Amino acid sequence: MSSLRSITLATLAKDIRLEWRSKDAINSMLFFSLLVVVIFSFSFDPNAEESRQIAGGLIWVAFLFAAVVALNQTWARELRNQVLDAYRVSPAPANALFTAKVLGNFFLVSLLEALMAPLFMIFYNLRALGPAWQLIPVALLGTWALVVNGTFFAAMSLRTRSREIMLPLLLFPISIPAVQSMVEATRIILSGDGAARFWIVLLLTYDVVFTTACLALFETVLQAE
Amino acid sequence: MKRVFPILAVLTGLLLAYAFYEAIWVAPMERTMGDVQRIFYYHVPSAWTAFLLFFVNLIASVIYLIRKNAKADAVAVVSAEVGVVFCTVVLVTGPIWARPVWGIWWTWDLRLTTTLVLWLIYVSYLMLRRFSDSSQTPKLAAVLAIFGALDVPLVYFSIWFFRTQHPQPVIGGGGSIDPRMLHVLLINWLAFSCFAFLLSWARYRLEWLQREVEEAQALESLLGDGLAAPTRAPLDKTSSRTGPQ
Amino acid sequence: MTVSASEIPAAAGIISVRNLIKQFGRFAALRGVTADFDAGKFHAILGDNGAGKTTLLRALAGLADPTRGTVAILGKNPREACREIGYMAHPSLLYDEMSGMENLRYFARLYDIAGDARCQQVIRSVGLDPELSRPIGQYSQGMRQRMSLARAILHDPKILLLDEPFSNVDVHSAQEMVGLLKHMRDAGKTIFVVTHQAALLEGVADEFIWMQAGQIVDRTPQLSAEHSGAGAQ
Repeated sequence: MSSLRSITLATLAKDIRLEWRSKDAINSMLFFSLLVVVIFSFSFDPNAEESRQIAGGLIWVAFLFAAVVALNQTWARELRNQVLDAYRVSPAPANALFTAKVLGNFFLVSLLEALMAPLFMIFYNLRALGPAWQLIPVALLGTWALVVNGTFFAAMSLRTRSREIMLPLLLFPISIPAVQSMVEATRIILSGDGAARFWIVLLLTYDVVFTTACLALFETVLQAE
Repeated sequence: MKRVFPILAVLTGLLLAYAFYEAIWVAPMERTMGDVQRIFYYHVPSAWTAFLLFFVNLIASVIYLIRKNAKADAVAVVSAEVGVVFCTVVLVTGPIWARPVWGIWWTWDLRLTTTLVLWLIYVSYLMLRRFSDSSQTPKLAAVLAIFGALDVPLVYFSIWFFRTQHPQPVIGGGGSIDPRMLHVLLINWLAFSCFAFLLSWARYRLEWLQREVEEAQALESLLGDGLAAPTRAPLDKTSSRTGPQ
Repeated sequence: MTVSASEIPAAAGIISVRNLIKQFGRFAALRGVTADFDAGKFHAILGDNGAGKTTLLRALAGLADPTRGTVAILGKNPREACREIGYMAHPSLLYDEMSGMENLRYFARLYDIAGDARCQQVIRSVGLDPELSRPIGQYSQGMRQRMSLARAILHDPKILLLDEPFSNVDVHSAQEMVGLLKHMRDAGKTIFVVTHQAALLEGVADEFIWMQAGQIVDRTPQLSAEHSGAGAQ
């Protein structure tokens, strides 16, 4: 539907413009991501051989924390001045709003990952012994998995007290198979030990299942008052 | 209904006692593990009961989303709570069993790990219900239950594959089971199911009464104030001068 | 001020509410409201805080689903009739970091309105300058509320639902808004205004609806003597 696409793009463009003007979210998130990498590097000695084995897990846990910080501000702009009400009373479809928010978060979290990944590679002397190109689908699918459910649960959390803690409480359990897939795939690719294909397929399945579920149920969550 | 409950309670108590007797004295001793293995008769039935209850929660949640039936929502709350209780039993008995037998507290056993994730999902479900004070909480919780249900097969597959890559001990025996043990297992499952049913029923009654109290309170103010018909009720001048909020 | 007129059959009850109950847990914000509202009339909704005025307006706008009862707008569910409804509240429902035109351009997309012409027209109609590039966050409250009104009428809805539009607004802006609303009523629109400042609407509103404790307790064609002191500013 062309109006769905145009509203999605208009919303995404608006979000990018607003973020560009204030830059409040992105600056603090970038710095937070940097801190996470440094703390992890202090805690898990990069020189030990075992640490290189678990680097895949470390990276994704670090991404997860950075993602939660990003996801928590997804709806912040819509809550100020109750702008979300203006969207809800309009004929614009709920899914256009959801898709725009997911895409925005996807770009934002990918940006954070693009900062953190090289730092990890430097601190942990990471080299991919397996097919390095496979890290790209893993990163894309894995980030999408976190962001699609994260945006959805952020919307659910709007109707709760303790909004910021509610998001990870809801997101983490549901994300377990996705996180396991990301971590295992990364470990396999970095250590060159086996094939990551199963995990990539599982991630893809996870993404398809939950993107469908989110699109089907977002309107219910948005209009729940 | 009031009379059935005590009768059922007594029967369940007897059944549980009988099941206990069977598990502890009658069931044959396991060859390698000894008496510790008897915890199997609590670990496995609890898991089956928990899974059954979570399945009930899923059905009730779907019914609620489609029909907005308040009873379905009450069943969803109840089955989630009782399910978490039985799930906790599984997670506690697992390590208790694993420690003396395999020397480790935890293992990424397929059933145990799936149970852990289910427990986490349903605890987050209960937290959502507790932290959400919106009138639409049942709807949000039902959505979460559906997400949880979609997640379970994915969890199962990811752990299954993980185990093929990283071999781990299996709790609870994968292979064939002695028919006498199976018999005791089924008796315990029956007893646990009855117990779960009883708990759920009692909790359901409590939940329904609580809702009726809330409705009555709201209804009381609806009728009690006697403002059913529009009247020329003079407004207090001072109170309307409060101005902008 | 140019606002296009819409044809509305004057006889039809444009909004029907039947036994509307809205509960938030133990608290019933609306306790069985039943009423019909005519098209093309200006209704002022008055009452104490907590009387249910905001909840009623939100139910009419389709923002709050009724616990029980029905709301029919032009015979349809409020969400189905959303193109005919314009909603405005005390918060501005606008993005502080964007200018007026930027805000309206975005909302125009939500309503499938192409081009800038309409946005500029409504901004002028509320007495503001479309060329103003300052972000809304720097506006005075009066200017902000006027821009919010522009957003509400952007898609030329038949029905306007305004929740405390004059709160904290300077007298000049408030009077401008009232004047505009009067024109719109004269052009055939149906208007609902929730306010504590009843005096502003004296002589303008066709009906004053009084709410108390979640119900409509009175509907008068003008501010009567016993009510006139209330809410005057």
